[in-house]
Amino acid sequence: MTENEARTTLLNENILDNSVTFAPRYNESDDVIVHFVSHKKINNKFKVGGVLDNEQKNNWKAWLYLAPVLVLIAIFLIYPLINTIAISFMSNYNYVTGSYDGFTLDNFGAILGLSEINGVRDNRLLDYGFANTFIITFVTVPLSLIIALLISVLLNSLKWLQKVYQIVFFLPYVTNTIAIGMVFSVLFDRQGVINYIFGSDITWIYGADRWVAMVPLCLYIIWGSLPFKILILLSGLQGVDKQYYQAAKIDSTPKWRVLLRITVPALSPQILYLMVTSFIGAFKEYSSIVGLFNGPGTSTGSYNMYTIVYYIYDNLNTNTSLAAAAAVVLFVIILLFTFLQLWISKKRVYY
Amino acid sequence: MASKDLNLKQYIDFSQDNEFDTDIAIVIKEGNRSVDSIKHREKITRIIFTIILYIVVTFLAFLMVFPFYWMIITSLKNNSEIISAQQTFFPTIVMWSNYVYVFNHFKFVTYMTNTIVVAVFSTIGTLITTVFGAFAFARLNFKGREALFMVFLMTMMIPGEMMVISNYITVAAFGWIGENATLTDAYLAMIVPFWVSVFYIYLLRQNFKQVPNELYLAAKVDGKSDWSFLWKVMVPLAAPTLISITILKFMGTWNSYVWPNLVANKDEFRLISNGLRGSSFVDPESGRVEYGYQMAATVLVTVPLFLLFVFFRKYIMRGVGRAGIKG
Repeated sequence: MTENEARTTLLNENILDNSVTFAPRYNESDDVIVHFVSHKKINNKFKVGGVLDNEQKNNWKAWLYLAPVLVLIAIFLIYPLINTIAISFMSNYNYVTGSYDGFTLDNFGAILGLSEINGVRDNRLLDYGFANTFIITFVTVPLSLIIALLISVLLNSLKWLQKVYQIVFFLPYVTNTIAIGMVFSVLFDRQGVINYIFGSDITWIYGADRWVAMVPLCLYIIWGSLPFKILILLSGLQGVDKQYYQAAKIDSTPKWRVLLRITVPALSPQILYLMVTSFIGAFKEYSSIVGLFNGPGTSTGSYNMYTIVYYIYDNLNTNTSLAAAAAVVLFVIILLFTFLQLWISKKRVYY
Repeated sequence: MASKDLNLKQYIDFSQDNEFDTDIAIVIKEGNRSVDSIKHREKITRIIFTIILYIVVTFLAFLMVFPFYWMIITSLKNNSEIISAQQTFFPTIVMWSNYVYVFNHFKFVTYMTNTIVVAVFSTIGTLITTVFGAFAFARLNFKGREALFMVFLMTMMIPGEMMVISNYITVAAFGWIGENATLTDAYLAMIVPFWVSVFYIYLLRQNFKQVPNELYLAAKVDGKSDWSFLWKVMVPLAAPTLISITILKFMGTWNSYVWPNLVANKDEFRLISNGLRGSSFVDPESGRVEYGYQMAATVLVTVPLFLLFVFFRKYIMRGVGRAGIKG
């Protein structure tokens, strides 16, 4: 493109740009174009068939386009948010009649096991819910990230069949969480194939100890979360400038050092994104537990596989106030973690 | 030449300097090995490394698909083989009768119909609201556009559990759930709350923003309205994104468990995931879970998703790469 052409293009862009939002951008010192058209204020009669849409004209139209979205968001997103926070402060809220016995902070005390509600102390969240949620989060998120990173580095170095392997590693994404959870419970059955291969006799699922049952659960969650991470990391890897690797090769840098010093920093935006989304996802683990254990515990009447979200869904219609309080607590935890990660990332992420 | 200093690395041997013009002899050595042998060595190392790499990757890929393999072969085994101490990696007798049993006892067709109805209508609704919302945010000017969009983006950070509780109360107030709820009511309860997705609006807006301004102005000069510009130009241009949204939404409905489990309180209202988990595959005689039947049902639930993946792989992988949210 010659300089002249470039200038013409630039000019054209300016003309078009200006004509859309003319009123706010009309500024004598701003543009060549303005001088070019007229020194006077632009009159409506210069407009060509509505090209110079002014803001007022579009205003009501835009709101019309937005109306369905706004109505639905107001009913199913904004109102519920406020309502849930309100319910979490209401004592004995009844969702059928909408009645409640005044405002209180007891709900939060009750789910934390500090105070009794209706004469019963509920320790299920304190004993199992919080701990399980945090264990799941802090085991599965780092492990799956590291595994996904290694797999995507391996995949990226493949010369042949890379596409095929990429598809194979994506397969677990295209599944039904409940269905494959049931498959995992068959794999980890006492008479199942895992015990057979390793020659062990461990009760993993039904009637299992809480800590033992965490193993198949975490494995299942990691297995299910790998495809998405690999997809993101691999597309990130393919965008990394090859020159860095060539430079490292000339210096004969060891492979692990290349991984830590070039690959990981180059992928830091993707890793941050995956960290934030998978932390949020892990805090909300629910379907995988239903799939594996068919209930909140490893045996009937037990709650040793409870998570915060499981508690919310379990108490939704019987103890709406407590469920709402747990949801608010979850919300606060997720917000804190997200902000913490974003704050850390400011120092560690290279864009 | 001080040959003692170079006893390890002697790159060029100039010892026969005098005969240089008649007989050029350059010998490159490293630790008494010639370049050729080093190159040869490196080549072999590289080949071995590549073979190991492929073995490792294949092994990992095998681990990834093993649950699927086990699901399929278990669905074809009889129960005594499944629980026998000697596990087999291929069924000794192929039991197609498991599938016959599942088709007769597991209401696959009912659940599937429900899932497809819910998926179709919630997808249509989502597409309409998404196209309108994205168009307004990408193309139209109105006061407070950026501020409103920021508010929209912020709502994405709120966990869905916050909304589920109140939405349950809302749909109960609408009379969509409860003792007297009909099938239509159950459908409405499962469809309407998911008619809007802030994330898809964000996704489509990014796409719409790439449509050049010139096209819009040209359409305006030709006297086209915003409405026809949207449907004749914007939507066709954004078709790949819209297809991705459609498929992801379908997959989301196929996967959804929590909300349908709350609102579909009768067996015939259930979606596929709930039907699968809610069905009992217990053998009435032994009281044990018949894994063969159970796995046959999970195969039936998984296969449609796989078919979808086979036909729309490109859209799914691209859509997930950008969206990254199941459903």
